[in-house]
Amino acid sequence: MKFAVLVFPGSNCDVDMYHAIKDELGEEVEFVWHDATDLSGFDAILIPGGFSYGDYLRCGAMASQSNVMKAVKEAAEEGKPILGVCNGFQILTEAGLLPGALLRNKNLKFICRTVPLKVENNQTMFTNQYDQGQIIHIPIAHGEGNYYCDEETLKKLKENNQIVFTYAGENPNGSLENIAGIVNERGNVLGMMPHPERAVDALLGSADGLALFKSIVKQWRETHV
Amino acid sequence: MSNYEPTAEQIKEQKLYRDMGLSDEEFAMIEKILGRLPNWTETGLFSVMWSEHCSYKNSKPVLRKFPTKGPRVLQGPGEGAGIVDIDDGQAVVFKMESHNHPSAIEPYQGAATGVGGIIRDVFSMGARPVALLNSLRFGELKSPRVKYLFEEVVAGIAGYGNCIGIPTVGGEVQFDPCYEGNPLVNAMCVGLIDHKDIQKGVAAGVGNTVMYVGAKTGRDGIHGATFASEELSEESEEKRPAVQVGDPFMEKLLLEACLEVVKSDALVGIQDMGAAGLTSSSSEMASKAGSGIEMNLDLVPQRETGMTAYEMMLSESQERMLLVVKKGREEEVQKIFEKYGLDAVAIGRVTDDKMLRLIHKGKVVAEVPADALAKDAPVYHKPSKEPEYFREFQAMENTEPEVADLKETFLKLLQAPTIASKEWVYDQFDYQVRTNTVVTPGSDAAVLRIRGTNKGLAMTADCNSRYIYLDPETGGKIAVAEAARNIVASGGEPLAITDCLNFGNPEKPEIFWQLEKSADGISAACTALETPVISGNVSLYNEHSGQAVYPTPTIGMVGLVKDLSHVTTQYVKQSGDIVYLLGETKTEFGGSELQKLVYGKIFGKAPSIDLETEASRQKALLSAIRAGLVQSAHDVAEGGVAVALAEKTFNESGLGIHVKLEGSPVTALFSESQSRFIVTVKEENAQAFENMIPEAKKIGVVTNDGKITIEGESGVLIEGTVEEFYSAWKGAIPCLLKSEA
Repeated sequence: MKFAVLVFPGSNCDVDMYHAIKDELGEEVEFVWHDATDLSGFDAILIPGGFSYGDYLRCGAMASQSNVMKAVKEAAEEGKPILGVCNGFQILTEAGLLPGALLRNKNLKFICRTVPLKVENNQTMFTNQYDQGQIIHIPIAHGEGNYYCDEETLKKLKENNQIVFTYAGENPNGSLENIAGIVNERGNVLGMMPHPERAVDALLGSADGLALFKSIVKQWRETHV
Repeated sequence: MSNYEPTAEQIKEQKLYRDMGLSDEEFAMIEKILGRLPNWTETGLFSVMWSEHCSYKNSKPVLRKFPTKGPRVLQGPGEGAGIVDIDDGQAVVFKMESHNHPSAIEPYQGAATGVGGIIRDVFSMGARPVALLNSLRFGELKSPRVKYLFEEVVAGIAGYGNCIGIPTVGGEVQFDPCYEGNPLVNAMCVGLIDHKDIQKGVAAGVGNTVMYVGAKTGRDGIHGATFASEELSEESEEKRPAVQVGDPFMEKLLLEACLEVVKSDALVGIQDMGAAGLTSSSSEMASKAGSGIEMNLDLVPQRETGMTAYEMMLSESQERMLLVVKKGREEEVQKIFEKYGLDAVAIGRVTDDKMLRLIHKGKVVAEVPADALAKDAPVYHKPSKEPEYFREFQAMENTEPEVADLKETFLKLLQAPTIASKEWVYDQFDYQVRTNTVVTPGSDAAVLRIRGTNKGLAMTADCNSRYIYLDPETGGKIAVAEAARNIVASGGEPLAITDCLNFGNPEKPEIFWQLEKSADGISAACTALETPVISGNVSLYNEHSGQAVYPTPTIGMVGLVKDLSHVTTQYVKQSGDIVYLLGETKTEFGGSELQKLVYGKIFGKAPSIDLETEASRQKALLSAIRAGLVQSAHDVAEGGVAVALAEKTFNESGLGIHVKLEGSPVTALFSESQSRFIVTVKEENAQAFENMIPEAKKIGVVTNDGKITIEGESGVLIEGTVEEFYSAWKGAIPCLLKSEA
């Protein structure tokens, strides 16, 4: 299986994502610069965290207009797994691939800490290796992770089981209904504020994020024998 | 903005150079060097390059005392940052720098650009920056002004470091009234490099091309270096325009582009345009190579119109670098910068006449010997005088402060901002990005793994300036020793230090004495602990309205963890483990947290330190850690054994600790005697540990009752739940700030 890690000017979790796939998951992975127009050679697309374009204008706003995002939209339509983490999540909402928006944290400060998450839906291609309701520990590191959407959208998210992760402890950023990660209706685009790629090696405190990447591989293997 | 510039005669007659910080004697020297009167631009060049900030003219004689050599040192002081070998063809690069005055005036940008500057120093060596640390000092967290400075400085550091994607993994914050008007903001950056990629800031090879890369030049930060070299006063607010504005996104691009360029053999030399911007980078690169540089300022990328030569040369606009590139290879370099959307412009060439020559609008606007600006700047041997207070303090006996209620006092100590949890600070720093941080902030030292190896780097920044104020020489020794203790307790072998010498006005003999004596102490400790000084920075004139800060020579230390299995944290690991105390406890309260708490001031003698004992104890502990005998290790610092014991339980593990201490209760609990550690050891390893460290004193056990119990010779001294102490310690700073944690 071959993963793409998108790199925008200002991405800074690209290396972490790359190593999580290469060193811990043991799958093929390549960096893809923001001006690429073709992602057909990849089986999954990872949009890493960071401060694409300095977070100027609005987090993720400028990256959402870049060349490569057109190719990401095509890949999404083809049903390929697409994971956006942190700034990647912000880019996906700005690009319209996921509903809602990420506002500034309620305390108006950047927050870096490891938090407990609850797996709300283990029936997705990103979570099939977790138990339903499992509590996992994944680091967050963001200033704008306060998820917000209108009531109608929220209703839809709930009806379609699109809320995949919620904050299980104290809500760190003020996000609506403790939402930490959501998928699109089809279930192949996941955006989440916590960083699973930072939790793939027990040496660094937690390996709870590895199962997310393993889930992607499992799903892919089942459909590509 | 008017382009009117005084004539050379006016500069001399009206003594206009004085406003730029040059003395009459210095102006006469310049006249002699040039054999004529300097024009406005040239006067500007000399004034910034001869400022203390750039020339170290007042501190050089002191800095020469430092031991700077060692078997592992690849690059000592004098380049962007120092470099130390860590085996396998790899090296660690690090340096610390101050940004005190800008942060006093404009705290967010002052702190942010301090971080940006130190990062550039590290990647200008060709190294990949892997970690940031900081050392901060503020007045007491009472006035709105101090709270504002504290919050904004932390936000500025976070804003820059988080965005550029370099983890901020450690540091320290202390609060004392002497920093009220003049906070200290010291930032440290650590980088990794392969020996073969090491770069230097040299303008070698006559005919080679001088290239300007990065952000455009504006009128910000003009005379920043001069401003950094004078005392702060009520009028300093007017210097706000001398504070630069940072753009971490631009620096991220510059960083990636420069690290690509250093892999190319087209590059001859590279240097950051830091303090004194284009002036310092060009004259220093020429001076180091024994060459000259000629630049056409019309070609400098500018973001404002109508800039004069003077403004361009003195601007401290951020995120810029000066490169020397082999003639004919400019296009290769340009291509790399183009990818990141950055300017890379040939603005000059290397010459053989040792002059810095500037051309603007077809005319030579400055022509000055590069050496005169850089290495031949004047050096002063300032008079030194032992201050009155020192004699008084030395004559005092060591006595115990009177304590009525031990537990209540203990809780107050845990809540003292200097001791209390700094989570409010580091929660705002991304300390994990790049996923190498093995030990996160809060323990003795931060530890990073070196990806692809089984090695790690331990790093810390330390300075107890109260001890240094009381006794600069002893305090200087303690600062280095404490940093080394933190490294050793984390499983690392101390390699070398960088220092940031923050002092008051050196023209006052008592201040110069503090500088001299603390340098003696630092040198002695560096020799004893085999940690040479590989880089550093001097920040003098840290005074506000005539009041100097405590002498604060911050020590940044990096250690090598030879095997990641040696990584040790301060926290207790399992119930039943034996608790040991290493080192002797004496009645030593001079400069202690308890003294400050009880008397509201500090006085007397600093705690004593014996460097031989310190070195041998550190070696012994490191051997025990490497032998796998140690579960946890923590150095005893501010607040004494009681605070150190409590800190060992502050990780929400549910474990507790039960110990029995000997001697007078107040001394046993709160003395700040040096060279002590608290260590826990598995029961089955106790014998082996005692054989290895016979002096280790068994004082108790780790329990599973979630309580802290400290007994004395005649019964319980302090008893309570970990939760009770933990919440006092954890909540203190947010409570003082009245802000959500």
